[in-house]
Amino acid sequence: MGLRDVFGGDNLVTTKLDEAIGWARKYSLFPYPFVTACCGMEYMSVSSAHYDLDRFGAAFPRFSPRQADMLMCVGTVSQKIAPMLRRIYDQMCEPKYVVAFGVCTCTGGFYNDYSTVQGIDTILPVDIYIPGCPPRPETIIQGLMMLQDKIQKQKHEY
Amino acid sequence: MAKKAFQILRQNFGVSIFEAYSYLGDDICVVDKRDIHRILNFLRDEPTLNFDFLVDLTCVDYDKRDPRFEVVYLLHSMQSKARIRIKTPVSEMDTQTQTVSDLWGIADWYEREVWDMFGIRFKGHPDLRRLLMYDEFKGHPLRKDYPVDKRQPLITATETNNSQITPSVDLTQKAMDEYVSEQNGLKVKHMFLNMGPSHPAMHGVVKIILELDGESVVGSDIGIGYLHRSFEKHGENIYYNGVFPYTDRLNYVSPLINNVGYALAVEKLLGIEATERCKYIRIIMSEISRIADHVTCVGAMAMELGAMTPFLYLMQAREGMYQLLEEVTGARITISYIRVGGVKADLPAGFESRVHKELKSVRKELKSVHKLLTRNRIFVDRVQGVGVVSKEDSVSYGFTGPLLRAAGIEYDIRKTFPYSNYDLIDFDIPVGKNGDVFDRYLIRMEEIEQSCRIIEQAIEKLPGGNLMVDFEGNEIPAEKMADLGKFGQTAGLLNQVALTDPTLSGSNGSSYSQIRNEDKRVSMPPKEKTYGSIEGLINHFMLIMEGYGIRPPKGESYFPVEGANGELGFYIVSNGTDRAHRVRCRPPCFSFVAAFSKMIEGAQIADIIPAFGSINMIAGELDR
Repeated sequence: MGLRDVFGGDNLVTTKLDEAIGWARKYSLFPYPFVTACCGMEYMSVSSAHYDLDRFGAAFPRFSPRQADMLMCVGTVSQKIAPMLRRIYDQMCEPKYVVAFGVCTCTGGFYNDYSTVQGIDTILPVDIYIPGCPPRPETIIQGLMMLQDKIQKQKHEY
Repeated sequence: MAKKAFQILRQNFGVSIFEAYSYLGDDICVVDKRDIHRILNFLRDEPTLNFDFLVDLTCVDYDKRDPRFEVVYLLHSMQSKARIRIKTPVSEMDTQTQTVSDLWGIADWYEREVWDMFGIRFKGHPDLRRLLMYDEFKGHPLRKDYPVDKRQPLITATETNNSQITPSVDLTQKAMDEYVSEQNGLKVKHMFLNMGPSHPAMHGVVKIILELDGESVVGSDIGIGYLHRSFEKHGENIYYNGVFPYTDRLNYVSPLINNVGYALAVEKLLGIEATERCKYIRIIMSEISRIADHVTCVGAMAMELGAMTPFLYLMQAREGMYQLLEEVTGARITISYIRVGGVKADLPAGFESRVHKELKSVRKELKSVHKLLTRNRIFVDRVQGVGVVSKEDSVSYGFTGPLLRAAGIEYDIRKTFPYSNYDLIDFDIPVGKNGDVFDRYLIRMEEIEQSCRIIEQAIEKLPGGNLMVDFEGNEIPAEKMADLGKFGQTAGLLNQVALTDPTLSGSNGSSYSQIRNEDKRVSMPPKEKTYGSIEGLINHFMLIMEGYGIRPPKGESYFPVEGANGELGFYIVSNGTDRAHRVRCRPPCFSFVAAFSKMIEGAQIADIIPAFGSINMIAGELDR
């Protein structure tokens, strides 16, 4: 005897709690855009009308780390700004996701020099790497969809 | 002019003038550092010379020479349009020279940068702190003995030693209690507010410590360098054509203009000139970039003031520009399209009609934005009379571009020192009169229209012909700019006749025999020759290998172009090898940010946002 028989009617969906939470979380990502450099131009492109990141529920930026759940690290992170990035990450509430946007945040890119952090994963955990210098809007959208996929499949704490 | 200036200087300073000569059209004077302040003061105030504008102040490290350093001042006269470069040697034993921060407002920050990067002390400087690097950084990175990849341990926020950081506004509790002003008999304590470096209304990473009396700004201290990516160090460590990708990322909103500026500076050093067709292509691409830059600036400023619609409209216009750029160069933003001596590839088929279509849509968006903003009371009230900088201050702070023109000075490199055939094109320079944010907005809007005009004329004038010259100035026929071999399609290339244009899709040399006329020491062989014959391969290697490649003669050159923000100059010192000894970029928005403290003094907090939007700070070019 299933739930459907107990409650009756057809307007009922059954699922696992983890999946339901994942589904809800993946479509309400509030990004904190930590925009430092060139990649910001593409971030502007994807978040405005032509590419429209809002279709994925992830375009409305929250400029307070406490209200955001996706840290979009957009652009080169220098040694000078790295402490601020870490501090912003620490201020965010769980669950939080980090997107390394652009090759500089993934590995440092071609800036192998005295002032550039060689990838933000040296200072904080990263969920999705979007390479490219800067990544094309399509790449960014794909990266975001991969993050959504990851959130959907995750075991959630509740 | 040059002879006269040299003569006057010799008459007045005699033994302090070590050398005075002209090189590649630039007037250069080497002077004693003990007299540098007097000489620069004289050059500024002497009515017959009147060098009232400090374009650039930098330093070069000649590590194997004594005296080791050379501080370089580039002066410009607004009246006579003349320029002079003053150089003063500074030895390693005594790295102290005189400050000129009392003569020009901008010298303050330039000197701080030179102290930070080279460790030259400026005696009498009011506030000699590091500018681009963080306070805990040890050493001076642009010195030749500092390795490019030597990173120092990260300083976490908790480890930061606060006693070492000394902002110009004193932040101790005692000092805060003392900051009291009296208004109408009421004692008001000042408040300190930290804005940035990651702040929603700051597009770009910059930190402002504000000292507030209620809501009005009493003083401020601006911290930059959060995007310092050592462009100048990289420029010294890579071969000449390899610097182009790094120049892209200076002003990343209009990267092509940076490419053009750098290419022109190296071409000046080599004494070569690009072909006619190439010059027009450079104009077209620069203006497309300029449109992209201006719409981004206006859109972002409007967005920060709460007007989202103009931002979305203008982003749509920019998208069209990016698509044009992508069609020609293969990339949307960081494009590296220009090469020393020419451009990478020709315009694609049907480009003209595409341009006209896109310009039409730009004009359409421009019209809607004018309707939305120009007479919008909410917008006008927030920008009119805000962030005013007077004519005198603009010159003292080294303003160029839209901000200088908004203050009422008609100065545009495209007109003053025309490059790349800009003198053959008819366009107007919009000039404002109030020097406020509203004027800057109007000037940017008008410049977009003028850029459209320039593109249309350049397309009409675009001649057929070759794109590249080799490093001796000889034209390279289009079909020799081959790319096919890159894709591994080498079979039977030597016998093949050229079928495609030298666009991004590649082309091939029409015949082997024509190539022999080229000077093998300087020009790259076509790709099919490289892949198809041992001679070509050797020739290719000789140009690509370490220590070979483009080798300009020993010397130095400075070339200014009109970037979207103003005068973008590249100062290149060559030591005769395949790598530059020093690459210096004169960033236009550096002076705006340096003057920002002055701009917002006495203003309200809310005025900071439009004022900051109007200076169009691009962190990549500001911090390099």
